[in-house]
Amino acid sequence: MNAFEKFIQDLYGAVIREDRWQLYLEGLKNTVLIALTACLIGIFIGLIVSTIKYVAATKESRLWKAAAALCSAYTTVIRGTPIIVQLLILYNLSYFTEGLYASIIGFGINSGAYVSEIFRSGLNSIDIGQKEAGRSLGLGQWKTMRLIILPQAVKNTLPALFNEFIALLKETSVAGYIAVRDLTKVADGIRGRTFNSIPLYLAAFLYLILVAGMAALQKRMEKRLARSDRG
Amino acid sequence: MIEVKDLHKNFGSLAVLQGITETISQGDKAVIIGPSGSGKSTFLRCLNLLEKPTGGEIWFEGRNIAAKGCDIDVVRQRMGMVFQHFNLFPHMTILKNITLAPVSLKLQTQAQAEEKARSLLDRIGLSDKADTYPAMLSGGQKQRIAIVRALAMNPKVMLFDEPTSSLDPEMVGEVLDLIREVAMEGMTMVIVTHEMGFAREVANRVMFMDEGRIVEQNTPALLFGSPQNERLQSFLSKVLKA
Repeated sequence: MNAFEKFIQDLYGAVIREDRWQLYLEGLKNTVLIALTACLIGIFIGLIVSTIKYVAATKESRLWKAAAALCSAYTTVIRGTPIIVQLLILYNLSYFTEGLYASIIGFGINSGAYVSEIFRSGLNSIDIGQKEAGRSLGLGQWKTMRLIILPQAVKNTLPALFNEFIALLKETSVAGYIAVRDLTKVADGIRGRTFNSIPLYLAAFLYLILVAGMAALQKRMEKRLARSDRG
Repeated sequence: MIEVKDLHKNFGSLAVLQGITETISQGDKAVIIGPSGSGKSTFLRCLNLLEKPTGGEIWFEGRNIAAKGCDIDVVRQRMGMVFQHFNLFPHMTILKNITLAPVSLKLQTQAQAEEKARSLLDRIGLSDKADTYPAMLSGGQKQRIAIVRALAMNPKVMLFDEPTSSLDPEMVGEVLDLIREVAMEGMTMVIVTHEMGFAREVANRVMFMDEGRIVEQNTPALLFGSPQNERLQSFLSKVLKA
């Protein structure tokens, strides 16, 4: 049996035999589900946390100061501890006996901390004159934020944001730690049956495809948002 | 129309406004001149509370707007402001820049606002720019858009904060022409500017500020023709020579 025939046979064993391709699909589904939901949670938390910090910087009331301190504590703790430890802690809280839910919540909370910092830098990149122009037209603080500041901030942060979500997608590969059957876990399981690394290569390839898709999406969004730029 | 009583503003330990008492009457074209750091812009920005006064009162349409509990957003809808750096919204088309505030504050419907915006653009000869973005415009065009954006709110008074200071020299004229036109229609205006010729021509009163106070004011003819205050004399000799 030559090398090519052996490779085909191994590939067959890694994908077709015992309908193993269905396992990859299941893993892929879980990986995408975790990454996508966590990404949405991350954006939601990030918007709130960065907005609170941004607004609090101009306020003197104690309530705002306390809210900003709480937000800072959140980013400090989340960015200062490993994601795996965070996941294990969540998983061992009794509410999250299902690893999938624990990982969605865990990655969402984790991503929120990074996204909030990205948004914060985006907000600070917007000229103060934009806010003043909005307010001087009689728009309230929140309308000014929503209609004028945030859209520009998000546009400025798009590259960093995609960077974060690409990292998030790949980070979900540690979800196997808390018994989630994600792509990595599934592929490693199959490897244990086939005694070769082909399932891992396949998993790597699938991750690569997902990331390439995200990069393409990023390009499209940047192009669309660039309409207002000169040139 | 606007009554300012003993207005003070400190930035930290720096007293920028040291007690200004002044009345802007209906139809006034008040021009504020003075050396940089004299507090002219701060005074102007206090009038619509972009700077929060440290002390004093500002009465507008029968209310002290510097008092706690005054809804400043409603007040600002009636006071237009034009900035040195235009501050157009770069992510919106010109038309959207003009219609954003009246529509989202529900003062005008989308159709009304657009009609008004188009007629304003027509008036300044920029109708063809309605659907382009601010980045495609020259500085003079941007500032004229910023002026009509403020006018679209039908303000009672217009505040101009050095409207021509960041323009290339050849674009100053078109912006001043528009301000002059608006002035002729009877708009009440407070203008901070370094354009002495323009001040002389458009203002009905000129105020000279120095170190946080209005130290002299008069009609333009008298203020420029026979300045009394020593600082004003030296200021004028510097700027008019240039």
